[in-house]
Amino acid sequence: MNLLAAVNWHSVLFMLFALLACVFALAVVFSQNVVRMAFYLVLSLASTAGLFMLAGAEFVGAMQIMIYVGGTLVLLVFGVMLTAQSTFVSMKTSAPEWLLAALVGGSLLYVLFLAAFGTSDWTTARKDQQTVSVAESKAAAPIGLGLLGIRVDSLSQPNETLKAGQSGYLLAFEIVSVHLLVVLIGAAYLARTKRRRQEWET
Amino acid sequence: MNLFVEPVGVSHFLLVGAVLFVAGVVCMATKRNALGVLMGIELVLNGANLNFIAFGSPYFRETSLGLDGQFIALFVIVLAAAEAAVALAIALNFYNNHATIDVDRADELKG
Repeated sequence: MNLLAAVNWHSVLFMLFALLACVFALAVVFSQNVVRMAFYLVLSLASTAGLFMLAGAEFVGAMQIMIYVGGTLVLLVFGVMLTAQSTFVSMKTSAPEWLLAALVGGSLLYVLFLAAFGTSDWTTARKDQQTVSVAESKAAAPIGLGLLGIRVDSLSQPNETLKAGQSGYLLAFEIVSVHLLVVLIGAAYLARTKRRRQEWET
Repeated sequence: MNLFVEPVGVSHFLLVGAVLFVAGVVCMATKRNALGVLMGIELVLNGANLNFIAFGSPYFRETSLGLDGQFIALFVIVLAAAEAAVALAIALNFYNNHATIDVDRADELKG
C-alpha cells in the first residue's frame, strides 16, 4: 500500500502515452501496407494528444483530436481508398535505401537525444511542481482572447513597447484564416473531376 | 532515474518528440507511396508540436514559454491540415494523369 502511494501517476501516464506514441510511430515506418500505416498514424496522433493534455495544454489536445484525427487523417484515408489498387497498397523499398535512411535517422536521433538531455534545467522538473494547480490550465478563454490580440495571461509585460499591443496573434490568425480558405478552394479546384469536358465534346 | 516515483521534465517530452521526428524523417525517406510520404510529414509536425507544448507548459519549468507555445502548436495544426489538403489534391491529380502513386515514377521534370 505504501508503495502504491509513492507512485507518481503523472509520470506513469506519461510513460504509457509516450510508449504508445513511439511504438505506433515506428509501426508507421516499418509497416508495408498503406492502409495499416494510416491506422497506426491515427493511434500515434491520439497518444500525442494525451501527452499534450498531460503537459497542461488540454485545448490543444482536444484540437489535435478534432482537427488531426477527425479531419486530416480522414482526408488521408480517403486518399488511400481512392488510390487503392493492389499494386500500390504495399510497395517494397530496396535494402540500400533502408540502410541510408537508418543511418541518417540514427545519427539524427543521437544528436536530438544529446540536445534534449544536455541542459540541467530541462532534465529535472521544477521543485514546486505540486503547487502548480490544475485550475491554472484552463487555457481555452486566454487562447481565444490571444487570437484576437488581447493577452490576459501576460498582463505584467516588462517590455514597455510590447505592453501597448500586448503581443497578441490577431494578424497571424487573420492570415491563417485566409490561407485556409484559399487552400480549400485550391484543393477543390485541383482535385475536381475532368470528365465533364469530354462529355460536352462528344 | 526511476520514472515511477519521480516527476517528468521537459527532456522526456523532447525525447518523445525526437523519436516522432526521426520516425517521420525515415518514413519520408523510405516510403514509395506518395501518401506514405504525407504521413511522414504529419509525424514530423507532431514531433515539433510536442516540443512547443513541453516548453510552454508551466509544470516543468519556472520560466516557460507560457501560452505562446500553445498558440504556435495551434497554428502548426491548422497549417498541417491545409498542407494535407493541397498535397492530397496534387497526389490525386498525379494518380489520375499517370495511373500510379509511386513517387519514383514522378520524374518527368528530371533534366
